[in-house]
Amino acid sequence: MRIPGWSFAAAVLLATIWMISCQKAGPSKEGADVRLQGSGASFPFPIYSKWFKVYSEAHQNVEIDYQSTGSGSGVKSFIDKTVDFAASDKAMTPAEIGRVAAGVQLLPLTAGTIVLTYNVPGVKELKLSREAYVGIFLGTVKKWSDPAIIKTNPGVNLPVSVINVVVRADSSGTTFVFTQHLSAISKEFAANPGRNDMPAWPVGTRSKGNEGVTASVQTTPGSIGYIEYGYAMSQKMPMAQLENKSGQFIAPSTASGRAALASVDLPENLIAWVPDPEAKDAYPIATFTWLLCYKKNPDPRKAEVLRGLVSYILTDGQKESEALGYLPLPDAVAAKVKAAIQNIQ
Amino acid sequence: MPTEAQISKPPSRTQAVTDTAFRALCQGFTWLVAIIAVIIVLKIVLAALPAVRQYGFGFLSGQVWDPNKKVYSILPEIWGTLYSSVLALIFGTAFGVAAALFLAEGFTADAVFALLKVVNLQFHPFWGKLPEQVENLLSNLIELLAAIPSVVYGLWGLFVIIPLVRPACHWLHADLGWIPLFGTDLSGPGMLPAVIVLSIMILPTITAIGRGALLAVPTRLRMAAYGLGATRWEAIFAVTLPTASRGIFGGIVLAFGRALGETMALAMLVGNANVISVSLFSPANTLAALLANAFPEASPKDVGVLMYAATVLLVITLLVNVVGAYIVQFTASELEGEKV
Amino acid sequence: MTSDVAAAKPGIPRNPDAEALDPFHGVDFSKLERSLHRPRTFMSMLFTVIVSAMTLFALIPLFSVLWLLVWRGGRKLSIAAFTQLPPAPLEQSGGFGNAIVGTLAICGLALLISLPIGILSAIFLAQAKPDNRLASSVRFAGKVLTGFPSILAGVFAYGVVVMATGGYSALAGAVALSILMLPTILLTSEDAIRMVPERMKEAAIGMGATDTQTVWMVLLPAAVPRILTGVMLAIARGAGETAPLLFTALFSNYWLLWHGHLKLMQPTASLAVLIYNFAGMPFANQVELAWAAALVLVVMVLIANLIGQSLASRQVQ
Repeated sequence: MRIPGWSFAAAVLLATIWMISCQKAGPSKEGADVRLQGSGASFPFPIYSKWFKVYSEAHQNVEIDYQSTGSGSGVKSFIDKTVDFAASDKAMTPAEIGRVAAGVQLLPLTAGTIVLTYNVPGVKELKLSREAYVGIFLGTVKKWSDPAIIKTNPGVNLPVSVINVVVRADSSGTTFVFTQHLSAISKEFAANPGRNDMPAWPVGTRSKGNEGVTASVQTTPGSIGYIEYGYAMSQKMPMAQLENKSGQFIAPSTASGRAALASVDLPENLIAWVPDPEAKDAYPIATFTWLLCYKKNPDPRKAEVLRGLVSYILTDGQKESEALGYLPLPDAVAAKVKAAIQNIQ
Repeated sequence: MPTEAQISKPPSRTQAVTDTAFRALCQGFTWLVAIIAVIIVLKIVLAALPAVRQYGFGFLSGQVWDPNKKVYSILPEIWGTLYSSVLALIFGTAFGVAAALFLAEGFTADAVFALLKVVNLQFHPFWGKLPEQVENLLSNLIELLAAIPSVVYGLWGLFVIIPLVRPACHWLHADLGWIPLFGTDLSGPGMLPAVIVLSIMILPTITAIGRGALLAVPTRLRMAAYGLGATRWEAIFAVTLPTASRGIFGGIVLAFGRALGETMALAMLVGNANVISVSLFSPANTLAALLANAFPEASPKDVGVLMYAATVLLVITLLVNVVGAYIVQFTASELEGEKV
Repeated sequence: MTSDVAAAKPGIPRNPDAEALDPFHGVDFSKLERSLHRPRTFMSMLFTVIVSAMTLFALIPLFSVLWLLVWRGGRKLSIAAFTQLPPAPLEQSGGFGNAIVGTLAICGLALLISLPIGILSAIFLAQAKPDNRLASSVRFAGKVLTGFPSILAGVFAYGVVVMATGGYSALAGAVALSILMLPTILLTSEDAIRMVPERMKEAAIGMGATDTQTVWMVLLPAAVPRILTGVMLAIARGAGETAPLLFTALFSNYWLLWHGHLKLMQPTASLAVLIYNFAGMPFANQVELAWAAALVLVVMVLIANLIGQSLASRQVQ
């Protein structure tokens, strides 16, 4: 097929016009003085995107970018100094912190909950006791008609079919937190498979990413799987009510998530886990997620922008959390983090 | 470009120097490719050494991957890689060569010509060119399959293929479950959806390269066959395909390589379970998918194990190519006959 | 001869006068016509039907995928999609203009690296004697590298380029992609040059051309269509790979071109990474943009294909 020569010229002309018009159409910045690049966890990716975009648009000479590559990759990039900041759902181990010469300041900026979503035709509300949901993921509770499930759901018409458990195929912070909770409430689970971001699940089909689990659960009747609350909320997936330490059956929500984190006491390094919250109205599976910053930054302007960014996130930024399915930080926690901002130089 | 007169004279000084320089350049770049290949392999093997020392060959024969207990082994992944790639290669080659033949042997043109004859437009100055255009169009469409990103193939497999094949798989498992191939039930991602999507991904390579090879067969060979009384297909099987076999095998080698190394689409579709099973419906795992799933979150000290798995994949590709080269050597040289 | 033909029909009295006027008199043409009752003809037709069916079957997935892309992302195809920057979650507008520019830049750079290396090495390999050890090892290495997982190309480029330059960049992404593109270009170009009939090469040498002149004036022009196929396959693969870019070029929510200053040494947006990011988000706007971006990517490769073929046909003439 021969394309006439003049079409090439026309195409180049069009392309140039497009490139020039884009310069005008985009946000008019007089050349960004400071550019920050971050990478890491996928759990907070939506809210980080939102915050960084809002902040960049509000400040003329700043461009902040974040790419989700996984907590492990983020920590590696942070240690290699190929990024300006990173994010991790698993904080950092002391060994990893020791490898960063410039010092690490971990900042928990937001939190989230993990929910169990299910697809059982006709069942609108599902209450799962501890025994039931640990059993499901251990493979000991095999059918929807198991007594452990029927006991807590009187009057609900549960089918006799096999439970199709959906777990994550890829390693992720979400899995890390979920297995941490299961290990905390069950010695059997802690022994095998235990807490890990890619454990050897004894049962379950594996799907990649939150979206993979969601798709699997949505398309296979009789399934149950674990995903982030924000995901379930946006996709309007049914969520199970889980029994917490006090024996109450709590539905996932911003309020129940905050109740889980309200009682946490952050130590000096700002790393704290809540594998099994004690409060009466607390949803049992909640976690912080951390931003990793260097204590000593090579460029003082970058440090300044980072401090401004974190301040914004801790004040106005928290208002965006709920709409996206994340938990606004408890006040006590926010205050401690605010104090730590000064360590970023 | 020098004229004919200039070429037939002995090369001038500049031409001789350019010639030597160009040949040296080509050789230099070949050395560069060799060096790049060596560096890549070295980097991976060096990163894998700590894990090799720690786990030894048990890594290759065990079936458990448990990061918590620090027990790592990849036999299920090795099985999954080979099983999925070979199956995908069989299907991909069958359909790919068929499509290449369809495009190169004039069947498309015949079909379009027949259609044009119906409306009596076959000699029209504009519409008459249609057969050739349609052939080009179809060829481009098939090459377009190669342009679809892996991620999109993964999503398409999840949303279209799995729901599509699930009823048939249930029926096969229920009625014919005694055959090992249908031994388990399809619960979502599994070997079959992965193989289907993988065959579609490697098909354009085989078709595009195969078509080129078939078009390169001199017409007089085909005419000679017809002259001896062969039917169209007898000519294709006896003359055209054997002559083009070297080129087609080249395409198959590339396709197999792609199948072995395909990362994203398989990570979404193969089910990522550490099982060894002949069943088409069972979830499985491949080395590349394991790497894709485990790498992002791998802490710096776990990377060694993953590099070990990567080394194993490279070794498998190497062995497969050695075996393939022997097969090609024995068959293609017989098929090709004398070069004219 | 006439008598031989007429002799095919026994039992009919021969009429010499009629035979003189009509040499084919008495011949039963139905026996000469193509008939499906004959096994060989039937087999031939059967194969034609099978192959046609298989080809059409192979086209179904393409149309299915394209339909999926159009159905899910078609709504988002507008001027906005091409001129705006990626939106934040819950924002309703936005586009992927910078990702288009990024993909063009990264693939362009990758081609710039892999094309010369691939073709010049292919020239050497095609001309090399069968016992040349360098040639056979490089050929073998090329075949082994076709199976290189894309994620490892990214990891390798991270170790070599990103660590060396201290940051993510489009250049690192291009290096990662060129590792994936090089084996394809190398192997197909070598085969393409080898497929040029010997006599053309011998004719050129017979006229007194040096090796270089033979290559440039005879071999390459004749091999261009098949080399182009290989290059197109390589570009198609490179444009669609996500994993290598995640470790090298990362992503950017801003434009590549800024006041005439090309930011190649910074993280760069690309359609493949955008699709990966947005397809995994729970927000309808983002997911639709991801599908639209996939459609745009496929169309871009098609256009590149068509341009390449047009250039090639110009060249050959």
